[in-house]
Amino acid sequence: MATAQLVRATAARAAAAAPLGLTSWRRPALRALSIGLFLLAWHAATLWDLDFYVRFQNIPSPGDVLAEAIELFSSWSFYGHILASLERIWLGFAIATVLGVALGLLIGWFAFAEDTLLPPIELFRPIPAVAWVPISIMLWPTERSSIVFITTLGAFFPIVLNTIHGVEGIDRQLVRAATSLGAGRAAIFREVVLPGALPSIVTGLSVGMGVSWICLISAEMISGQFGVGYFTWVAYGIVKYAQIVVGMLTIGVLGMLSSLVVRLVGARCMPWLPRREKDGA
Amino acid sequence: MVVAPDRPTGRIEITDLGVAFSRDDRRVEAVRRFTLMTTPGEFVALLGPSGCGKTTVLNAVAGFVQPTVGRVVVDGEPVREPGADRGVVFQQHSLFPWKTVLANVEFGLKMRGIGPTERSAQARSYLNLVGLAGFERAYPGELSGGMQQRVGIARVLVNRPRVMLMDEPFGAVDAQTRLAMQELLLGVWREVKTTVLFVTHDIDEAIFLADRVAVMTARPGQIRDLMPVKLPRPRPAEVITTPEFMALKARVLAQVREESGRAWVEPRP
Repeated sequence: MATAQLVRATAARAAAAAPLGLTSWRRPALRALSIGLFLLAWHAATLWDLDFYVRFQNIPSPGDVLAEAIELFSSWSFYGHILASLERIWLGFAIATVLGVALGLLIGWFAFAEDTLLPPIELFRPIPAVAWVPISIMLWPTERSSIVFITTLGAFFPIVLNTIHGVEGIDRQLVRAATSLGAGRAAIFREVVLPGALPSIVTGLSVGMGVSWICLISAEMISGQFGVGYFTWVAYGIVKYAQIVVGMLTIGVLGMLSSLVVRLVGARCMPWLPRREKDGA
Repeated sequence: MVVAPDRPTGRIEITDLGVAFSRDDRRVEAVRRFTLMTTPGEFVALLGPSGCGKTTVLNAVAGFVQPTVGRVVVDGEPVREPGADRGVVFQQHSLFPWKTVLANVEFGLKMRGIGPTERSAQARSYLNLVGLAGFERAYPGELSGGMQQRVGIARVLVNRPRVMLMDEPFGAVDAQTRLAMQELLLGVWREVKTTVLFVTHDIDEAIFLADRVAVMTARPGQIRDLMPVKLPRPRPAEVITTPEFMALKARVLAQVREESGRAWVEPRP
């Protein structure tokens, strides 16, 4: 019986993993086509300077943007902006992760921590991180530290709240099982609470990464002298419109790659979760 | 390796146990004046209508709930908190989903500070005992319900508990698997010789498995009758068709019927 079940499980996994020959190229092709049509529409709008309340006269065409991108990426100064932004993101995100997960675990597990630590968090949570920019400039000695502060703040709330949520959702029966197998308090925290909350923590990290990019770019636009957000805003001021779009696309790609890293690391840490496949994949 | 203890342990003494909860500001008496003694290595089934407090008795022996009155003593030591000497097999979904089958079974040994090599060897022998050799690296989510319960049994037995407490462990598996699981449990129990307290509402299951069947009253639960099952061991599955089995079943059924009727008719306190 055991072998039969194993064989069945393996067969099911193989069927889910390998879509058959003909259909394998269809979905990527559809996706490429979709992007191609968008680029074509953009090109047409700028080519004919469309003006129907929305005005395309000053909008650079895809070709302008590509030319500008090639030029920017062959000079060193643009990489400096990218590195500045990346450094702030990862620093802010790392601080928010450590603080958010640690506080979230405590608040979720201990009633005393919930009563003492959660009220201030709830008080500050509705304030968008960008609204902290003036205070942050006054609080922190350098531009870098004040922007990292804003970035941390943006990521912190989703991380801490999802961690709390994850801890509170842990099946009490698993805690009972652990105690009846000889686990003490520390072991329960390490072996049950932390891994039990992990899926929710990873969700929090993924949301937090997105929010911290929003905060970073906003903060750089308002108060920065470096960074991709600053670069994009300044491009508008000095009438280099193609640079605006290159800045935007760069932000998008960097944000996407950061989220991808979080998701991949998350999946790596949770090998027990089944991978879901959609119909028609 | 799987070894039976030299001196049989696992004497459970439940004396005058009473457990009451407060639920919605009302006092709910789950168990009242419950007394039961087991001999070491005995297999006792607790049988009763749903909500009769049989799980509460089990939880009191496990240390999950504290007696309101009375005493629970295992091998001379009063039960104060949960511990690996009283392993629990739950109805379902009690394996750690984030641990492999092997790591689940190793858990108790890890808690005792036994090194990785030794713990892997011991865990493997108990997985072998429940017929799951080859599934060490699988995660619980990849196993069927019956296989998960077998891991749950191995996870308890690897700690060489004085008693194994089983709370309707086969209640959530399909009928055919249940029969196979019952036979497997008897086979395993013959090897490890631990005391088993087995909660169920399935009369056939109780008689097929146990040395004695304790029929409980409706809530607040007490023992209504304690019946020895004198069917010879090892018991093949066909034993349930013998006249002896049928006679015992008829007797138990009459009592359970009466108690279920009371549970249905009487307003809950």
